[in-house]
Amino acid sequence: MDDLIQDFIAETREMLTALGGEIVAWEADPDDRSRIDVIFRFVHTVKGNCGFFELPRLQALSHAAEDALSDVRAGRRHADQALVSAVLAVIDRIGEMVMALEQGEEFAGSADQPLIDALSESQGLERSGSAHGLPPASAASTNTQPLRTIRLSVDLLDRMMSGVSDLVLARNELTRRLRETPADAAIHTAFDAVSANIAEMREAITRTRMQRVENLFAALPRMVRNLAAELGKQVVVAVDGGDVELDREMIEMIRDPLTHIIRNAVDHGIEAPDVRRSAGKPETGMLKVSARQTGNQILIEIADDGRGIDGDRLVEHAVASGTLDQKSAAGLSEAQRNALMFQAGVSTAAQVTAISGRGVGMDVVRANIERIGGVVDLESRKNRGTKITLRVPLTLTIIPALIVSVADQTFAIPRSAIEEIVRCKGEAVHIEHVGGSAIAKVRGRRIPMLSLADLIGVTRRDEDSPTLILLKPAGGDVFALAVECVHDHEELVVKPAAPAVMATGLYAGTTLADNGRPILLLDAAGVAATGGISLDAAASHEAAPPVQERAEAAPLVLLFRGLDGVNHAVRLALVDRIEEVPASAVQYGAGRLRVVIADRILDLDGCEGQTLGPKLRLVRMSDGASELAYGFSEVIDIVPHDTSISPAHAPGPVAGVTLIGGELVELLDPHFIFAARDLGADFGAAAPLCILPSGDSWMENLLRPLVESAGYRVIIGGDKEQRGNAAIIFRNAENVREAQDDPRTILIRNNGPPTAGVETVHRYDRVGLLKVLASHLATGARRA
Amino acid sequence: MSDLVLIVRLAGERVAFLVDLVASVVELDDIAPVPRAAPHIAGLAALRSRVLTVIDAYRSIGLERPGTASREAVIVELDGHPYAVTVDGVDDVVEAVATGPLGAQLQGGWLRVAAGTVESDGDILLLIDVAALIAGPQAIAA
Repeated sequence: MDDLIQDFIAETREMLTALGGEIVAWEADPDDRSRIDVIFRFVHTVKGNCGFFELPRLQALSHAAEDALSDVRAGRRHADQALVSAVLAVIDRIGEMVMALEQGEEFAGSADQPLIDALSESQGLERSGSAHGLPPASAASTNTQPLRTIRLSVDLLDRMMSGVSDLVLARNELTRRLRETPADAAIHTAFDAVSANIAEMREAITRTRMQRVENLFAALPRMVRNLAAELGKQVVVAVDGGDVELDREMIEMIRDPLTHIIRNAVDHGIEAPDVRRSAGKPETGMLKVSARQTGNQILIEIADDGRGIDGDRLVEHAVASGTLDQKSAAGLSEAQRNALMFQAGVSTAAQVTAISGRGVGMDVVRANIERIGGVVDLESRKNRGTKITLRVPLTLTIIPALIVSVADQTFAIPRSAIEEIVRCKGEAVHIEHVGGSAIAKVRGRRIPMLSLADLIGVTRRDEDSPTLILLKPAGGDVFALAVECVHDHEELVVKPAAPAVMATGLYAGTTLADNGRPILLLDAAGVAATGGISLDAAASHEAAPPVQERAEAAPLVLLFRGLDGVNHAVRLALVDRIEEVPASAVQYGAGRLRVVIADRILDLDGCEGQTLGPKLRLVRMSDGASELAYGFSEVIDIVPHDTSISPAHAPGPVAGVTLIGGELVELLDPHFIFAARDLGADFGAAAPLCILPSGDSWMENLLRPLVESAGYRVIIGGDKEQRGNAAIIFRNAENVREAQDDPRTILIRNNGPPTAGVETVHRYDRVGLLKVLASHLATGARRA
Repeated sequence: MSDLVLIVRLAGERVAFLVDLVASVVELDDIAPVPRAAPHIAGLAALRSRVLTVIDAYRSIGLERPGTASREAVIVELDGHPYAVTVDGVDDVVEAVATGPLGAQLQGGWLRVAAGTVESDGDILLLIDVAALIAGPQAIAA
């Protein structure tokens, strides 16, 4: 009986887990027949089992839910929100009861009757307005035959696994013995067959440890739904790639970090509906969780479309909590700022909520993922969202590693951390000693160096030519580890080491080599930390302060590759932003290329004669008053630049050429680019006034646009006061026969001969007209 | 209330391990050292396909070992990790009854690794607290 109850509990729990996603989907669409069928089958099964076990409360609950759902299936009733909530409450209660049952406790929750009443209450309400029932039940649509499975205890699997491992070791031993003693060819053949079988079996057993990521993902929709409801947000979860398989142990190791990241995303990433609306986003946030396999890694991506990470606030917090000093804070790159999130005690949350924001968490997430040989990548764009990628090895247990040794002690180094192996011979590698520490110079690059012998406290035997292993721990900088001997490359079955061993900080786990001897797996980051190489500090010292120092001396320039493939640079101060536009926004109009960006027309440079792809990236530059766009293909870098340039021979958009990082770069001449634009002056209300005579249609239609584009306000006719304020007054020369005293009056002459002694401008003398307009602009502006 | 205990010899005393905690008793082959680990961690040893963390009981208790270490070890499992505790010899499995406080003051490191005392066949035996033995002396300092 006990066994049967255990089976019942296990089965019910399994069904509940699988049901998680279905329930949320049903809630979104209460008319979805297939979901109703699935949930109905669940309560039906529970009801049947309960009767058998004499669990009256469970039975009453599942029976009530079954009744309500079967009414819906039969079309007697419509599934409304109230019913959905009532059924969900019942299913939750069933879950709680089963949990209590499993722990052998009496379920202590409140009475069930309100839950059962809720089912029928909603029924009463519905009956009164029941005009739209579901169509009568047709044949169950999703009745697919489930795969035949049995349940096994994990212990049993582990015993099988270690049994097979023993078998492999025994086989290896036997192989060695067979090699040493001359044996019959027949024995060899038989042994080879056994050997092949063992290999096959090992693979099959390894496969039994694999689980679909679905197991991890199934609970997510429900969790997000509850979280979102609690926070008053609307979030849709899209789960993808549930059929990717992962080591069972690995799934357990990822579960907590994943949950934490998702809680963070819902709590801090995705904004409240009204905030989203005012930001021009759909009210419902989107959370995408996906898994995929690349090579021997599994990538799990969690992406939201929320507000992104506030790097400034992270820096503030880090400075306030003393983990970062003001000086180095100023020099951090965007990625370095965001990476602060992974430091202990730093949180982006404006307020601490019950769900997250205590700043305890992301550091633990990273630590957990790194412990299983994984990497956490972070990508965040302000107001666009955050994407966190977990890269974890396919299995927890098998890691390709390099076997090294020093003074007869053997260690393994995970191959993923190894960048290069170099021998200390010849010209390319030097070892320098500075103030007691060693620095390896590998092909001109200086790398801090540690000796494995010093690290483990044995005397070095061979000082002259150690082998250097360049290690790059996740998130850190390269350092060199000197070892005596590099042996072999092996695929190792790695197990976590005992806490006392892990406490050294040097090791990532233990493993057995093919000869059956235990080997310690070195942890690259731990080795660096133990050896006194501060990886984070090394990274920031290299990246941040020097840039800042130089920034004071030399202006920063944006280095980019133009559409013509030539490297260009422009002073960063002129760059407003970088944008991507569809090629359709670029049009040829009024003699030059222009681009439309959000209702504005900007002149576009850098694209003449180039074929454009579907998208065009451009730099928006501003001289303070007007703006223009410059197309390019890719940004290379932002660098300080103060070296002299070789000027171009003729004035043009390129001021000259210079060398940046050893490459020829064309430095743009912003003055020429801005000056080359057909600058329509824009003085706004302060524009000088121009009076045109009324009733002259040529002036009205042909002269007026020219005057306006020169920066004047135009008034036709005008009263006395306006005439007094005008900077320029146009009159038709035909109506005037004498010279004008007022220098503001300009006479426009038609095709007739000019009148002697009277200064006129021919009406199509464009240059003359522009000259007049330009000369009066200054006086007019002063007058205004 | 009686329990089965394993009686082992350690530093001239007979001490008891609860049998429930003991997986097996083995003779260890090679022990691979773990550099930079606490002094009472003697190293790693392989038992079939498992890696054992070897605990030097003398060092854990804080005693000087006369002569070389014995290869005999009691295998125990704690928090999912297998450990081998080196002892001088293994005597027997007997039934024992827990006694009340003795009033006598245990000496040095013994106090730290004592889980109580048991009585068997008229002998008083110290019952070893396996977790304390594995944690080693520095656990107190921390």
